[in-house]
Amino acid sequence: MATIAEKILKGEAGEIVEREVDYIMVNDITGVPAFEVLDELAYDIKNEKAVVVQDHYVPNKDVDSAEQAKALRNYARKYKIANYYEIGKGGICHQVMIEAGYVAPGRLIIGADSHTCSYGALGAFSTGVGSTEAAAAMATGRLWFKVPETQKFVIRGEPKRYVMGKDIILHIIGDIGVSGSLYKSQEFYGTAIESLNLSDRITISNMAIEAGAKAGIIPPDEKVFEFLNGRVRGDYKSVYADGKESEYEAVFEYDASEIVPTVAKPFSPANTAPASELDVPIDQAYLGSCTNGRIEDLRVAAAILSGKKISPDVRMIVVPASQAVLAQAIEEGVIQIFLAADAFVSGPTCGACLGGHMGVLAKDERCISTTNRNFIGRMGHKDSEVYLANPAVVAASAITGRITDPTELE
Amino acid sequence: MRVWKFGPDVDTDQIIPAEYLTTGDPKKLATHAFAKMRPEFAEEARSGDVIIAAENFGCGSSREHAPRALIGAGISCVVAKSFARIFFRNSINIGLPLIEADVFDKIEETDKIAIDFGDGVIRDITKDEEYEFKPLPEFMQKLLDSGGLINYIKKQ
Repeated sequence: MATIAEKILKGEAGEIVEREVDYIMVNDITGVPAFEVLDELAYDIKNEKAVVVQDHYVPNKDVDSAEQAKALRNYARKYKIANYYEIGKGGICHQVMIEAGYVAPGRLIIGADSHTCSYGALGAFSTGVGSTEAAAAMATGRLWFKVPETQKFVIRGEPKRYVMGKDIILHIIGDIGVSGSLYKSQEFYGTAIESLNLSDRITISNMAIEAGAKAGIIPPDEKVFEFLNGRVRGDYKSVYADGKESEYEAVFEYDASEIVPTVAKPFSPANTAPASELDVPIDQAYLGSCTNGRIEDLRVAAAILSGKKISPDVRMIVVPASQAVLAQAIEEGVIQIFLAADAFVSGPTCGACLGGHMGVLAKDERCISTTNRNFIGRMGHKDSEVYLANPAVVAASAITGRITDPTELE
Repeated sequence: MRVWKFGPDVDTDQIIPAEYLTTGDPKKLATHAFAKMRPEFAEEARSGDVIIAAENFGCGSSREHAPRALIGAGISCVVAKSFARIFFRNSINIGLPLIEADVFDKIEETDKIAIDFGDGVIRDITKDEEYEFKPLPEFMQKLLDSGGLINYIKKQ
């Protein structure tokens, strides 16, 4: 009698447990406060469990962020952390965690970044934590967890053309709201989920947090095992739920064939509408982030942009999620398509997703973006607006200069 | 003690916008707290002030900078109908008291209030009303009483 969350955390929903974690990830924003706490604890840390990634304000946007990155670099040396990713070697932390084989089914992974829930797509229990608890876990190898109740999401049917993982998760968040899964673990099932590639599944797990969830888990299958083959560090054991409906706090069912390319309007990921129903001019189109910056996402956008130019009224910014994604995109000719379309292409960074740099918005500007949050001022000025969408919608909108369902261009 | 009211789904980008995340120092962070949403907060918040909010307070990022900024601003307690879970953990782990109570529609910003953690009661002195709240689970109260997770670990 147990859900995947209960099995990995080895406890019953509601129970508070202390468990050994497999990995602890910190980045340039959350890492320095964590190491400052570790200095205070004066422990020999479990440095083999620590993964440190420079990704948020890189390449450094100003002197303060350069100092922060330098402090993190020095801490990684001081604590002899081998799993350290400098710019040029890694990319956005969650993509690095997955590509570099830290993530595997059945593992318990924490990260001082809210989108750590992304790893649920590979059958891990992973969740975001703060800097202090990341420090505590690096010191002791362990952390306290309240075992969450689990909600089951069943998505059946065949997704329409241009409907991606992004549309499925936006549709769900639009239905249950931004606190619809508060304190809960989500588990995803159904033929539509099974048919999705791993990249689209990662998008779904990535945005579990936008409904307040602690984790967003997809039972691992052959696609996951194949991805991990030759990549994963160490052994792993897949964990599956017992499959009794009564174990779930709630069960939600959706028909994927009824889901259309979906946009979340400002200022909430739950404020959704079909892309085809919006007639909103845009100033910027952003393709990237831990949500939608993988090679599969870039390919979808490139297929739409191939041989075309973006609107002269739009800036398009393309940010591959990792060095590996960028390299593959160059090799496949995908980057060439973006450049020929007049898009700006950069190396991997969290960049403008959180209003950091590399494309922040001015007053009254609007951006269609493949990222995960559209809160007030998220990508810049408090009077700017972010519309969340999948890579196909972002590419189509960059061409027309207004929010566009890609089927309109066919 | 002043009451600051905020509605539902206050996200961490409102509590402390990402562009100021180049320090972890509570006092420095406090100078930018609610910079976009309520620019007068940083200037006017005083030690002991209380935040009262509706559901899902602290949603969004995992940045511990959010509760740190509130501690730096002198906030003594946040009362909300519900909290986003990472914000909840971060606050308890660094020693910022949180109360889950549905008083958003009952208490005005202009009301004088007092919070009795021992009895689990919020008193609205202006309106002469009392609202009970459930204490935190024992383990979390222990963390708070220790002064946060790090002091708790040191003690063990």
